[in-house]
Amino acid sequence: MATIEPSELDQLIDKYVGEEGVLIQLLLDIQQEYNWISLEASKRISQRLNIPVSQVHRIASFYKAMSLVPRGKHLVSICLGTACHVRGGQRIMEKVEQLLGVKAGETTLDRKFTLERVNCLGCCALGPVMVVDKDYHGKMAAAKIKEVLENYD
Amino acid sequence: MSPINSPAELERLRQEILSKRDPKKPCIAICTGTGCLALGCGEVVAAFRQEIQRQGLEGKADIKETGCPGFCEKGTIVVIYPEEICYLQVMPEDVAEIVLQTIIGKKIVDRLLYNDPITNEKAIHVQDIPFYKNQLRLLLGNNTRIDPQNIDDYLALRGYSALAKALFQMTPEQVLEDVKRANLRGRGGGGFPAGRKWETTRNAPGEPKYVIVNCDEGDPGAFMDRALMEGNPHSVLEGLIIGAYAIGSHEGFIYVRQEYPLAVENVSIAISQAEEYGLLGKNILGSGFDFGVKVHRGAGAFVSGESSALMTAIEGRVGEPRPKYIHTAISGIWGRPSNLNNVETWANVPLIINNGADWFSSIGTERSKGTKIFSLVGKVNNTGLVEVPMGISLRDIIYKIGGGIPKGKKFKAVQTGGPSGGCIPEELIDTPVDFDELTKLGSMMGSGGMIVMDEDTCMVDVAKYFITFLTDEACGKCVPCRLGIKQMLELLTNITEGKGDKGDIERLKELAGILRDTSLCALGVTAPNPVLTTLQYFPDEYRAHIEEKRCLACVCKALVSYYIDPSKCQACLICLRNCPAQAISGSKNEIHVIDQTKCTKCGICFEVCPPRFSAVKRTSGEPVPPPPSAEERVLVRAKAKH
Repeated sequence: MATIEPSELDQLIDKYVGEEGVLIQLLLDIQQEYNWISLEASKRISQRLNIPVSQVHRIASFYKAMSLVPRGKHLVSICLGTACHVRGGQRIMEKVEQLLGVKAGETTLDRKFTLERVNCLGCCALGPVMVVDKDYHGKMAAAKIKEVLENYD
Repeated sequence: MSPINSPAELERLRQEILSKRDPKKPCIAICTGTGCLALGCGEVVAAFRQEIQRQGLEGKADIKETGCPGFCEKGTIVVIYPEEICYLQVMPEDVAEIVLQTIIGKKIVDRLLYNDPITNEKAIHVQDIPFYKNQLRLLLGNNTRIDPQNIDDYLALRGYSALAKALFQMTPEQVLEDVKRANLRGRGGGGFPAGRKWETTRNAPGEPKYVIVNCDEGDPGAFMDRALMEGNPHSVLEGLIIGAYAIGSHEGFIYVRQEYPLAVENVSIAISQAEEYGLLGKNILGSGFDFGVKVHRGAGAFVSGESSALMTAIEGRVGEPRPKYIHTAISGIWGRPSNLNNVETWANVPLIINNGADWFSSIGTERSKGTKIFSLVGKVNNTGLVEVPMGISLRDIIYKIGGGIPKGKKFKAVQTGGPSGGCIPEELIDTPVDFDELTKLGSMMGSGGMIVMDEDTCMVDVAKYFITFLTDEACGKCVPCRLGIKQMLELLTNITEGKGDKGDIERLKELAGILRDTSLCALGVTAPNPVLTTLQYFPDEYRAHIEEKRCLACVCKALVSYYIDPSKCQACLICLRNCPAQAISGSKNEIHVIDQTKCTKCGICFEVCPPRFSAVKRTSGEPVPPPPSAEERVLVRAKAKH
């Protein structure tokens, strides 16, 4: 987990100071950079943009793209859009849950994987789809999952 | 590049771009949309670059990374111009042959062409492929001709000529009148006439006025907007600027969901290029009209695609809907008049301005004009994006374009309209695709997701799927939606687990009525549609679950059992090794048996059993046949003679 340097954080915030309606965009940037939104980041935003911390947390907890706890090194997304669902996406999800020992939305104890359910990635032709970080694994079968996950350390 | 200052300069620039291009020079257009990216098109592009260099063809052949041509099933798709040869399922190892045979030798590589599975005929050109032949690709057609990160490609195809026409030859009122007369209806799902919405915002008091592109395409199974935004972002931008001119707006937003990183990237590049060319910003094309646009990334919330919620999100607050006693067209972002349309709606605008309202309204049915893009997915042979004239029948889309149902299975239903839509059964698939016709059936056009289901799909499970989705995505602001959907989910879960009661169907219908009448926004109002349409068209499936504790499609886990047919099992160990619960016993020469007490019904054994054996069976509502005795389990293999 990356520790957050106040100066780096300030650089991200600088871009938005003085503009209206920027909180969601800023939080997305922070999430992307650090993989989560820490309390210290929330406090700093609150100070710099003059927004209550509670409002920062309200947004960070509402949106799926943001996390108030550190996410794992690798993000495993299982698509459960309709097309993947009718092609057995749920079975893929269950198998991954079993292999990683976590439920969707959780992170493994070693912080290696965070498992996530997503609703359609728009590559329905390849369903059921599993995405690890930026790699798409299409036409997944439950029996292939272990092999795919073993490639990430 | 200095900004373009007049329509004449725009035309000069276009001629200049064209004069630098040799129409006879080979151009290799490779789809780099998300679907093909997932299939590894990045490596195909790299291979082409390398091969062109290796063969010394630099400058003699162009490579173009394009948006999605729609035939995702057969990706990576490569189209070679000027002949328009279409190669499918291209892999990096095919590249050397394509360059040698087609680019240098002007010959066709037969094995990469489309092969009709029925007639066995090959199709060379895009237009010869049945998937494309029956479409009308007014919006998507240019995707294979455009590198979305290069504005010159769009300009070469007369891009921004509609903008020039609107700004210099038409008054804002005339533009508005054209869009109204064309009867362009909102492609995001509602089907509300775009022209009327524009007019409301135009006439509403208050400045500034805002225009917004909704690319928060949250419907599962839908990716039309993404393909447009990734593949032809300037067409959307041009439509937006024309709309802003008609409405009298000088500020716009493009709201893109962050799950579409490539769309965010391409539209951001498009905006900065348009600014550089003087097509956005101050004094556009020297007309005196100013307009600027910002990209706002969505952060993953389905409900934020609802217009009032989306506008709240643009304000930087939690994207929840509000009551719309006053329409957002009058009071939207920061209480100002705000006109929001879907990506596809905006992309239609330049076509209407260039070709006229009469031309546009000559396509389609009486009340639904133009074309509509659908993402045809699920249990269908040709998965992908299809653009068809309104009025085409569902059957034609699924069979003529989609090539029917895979593996000889039987068609059961087609779901349109996403979580707000419904399932349409086989007896109604001759229904024409039209906003009002689909609504009559209890479904809706929606944004364009079209999910085909076959006999292996359980309709109660589908209803439960959508309700689960909505339980997750409901924002919780209003009680009927927050609690009503949850109650529906509990009832459906009970039914799929064999715990359904006789009165459950009535209870579902009652809840549906309450949700419809009292929810705050369209999410809650339309949430019952998947349940109501499945109840209406597939009552037998609900009854079988409730009364016989049977899932006809063998999907609902609690009602399904797996067993191995001893007469078919070849003791190959595949299922045994893959069973995550160690519920299968057997050995190399011993027929396998599933221990029903250990089985978690994950279905992996059913999936991995080689089709030539098909020994793993599913059953529902009936007891599993007793396992064979120890002697019967010994498998005597026929030995090869020496």
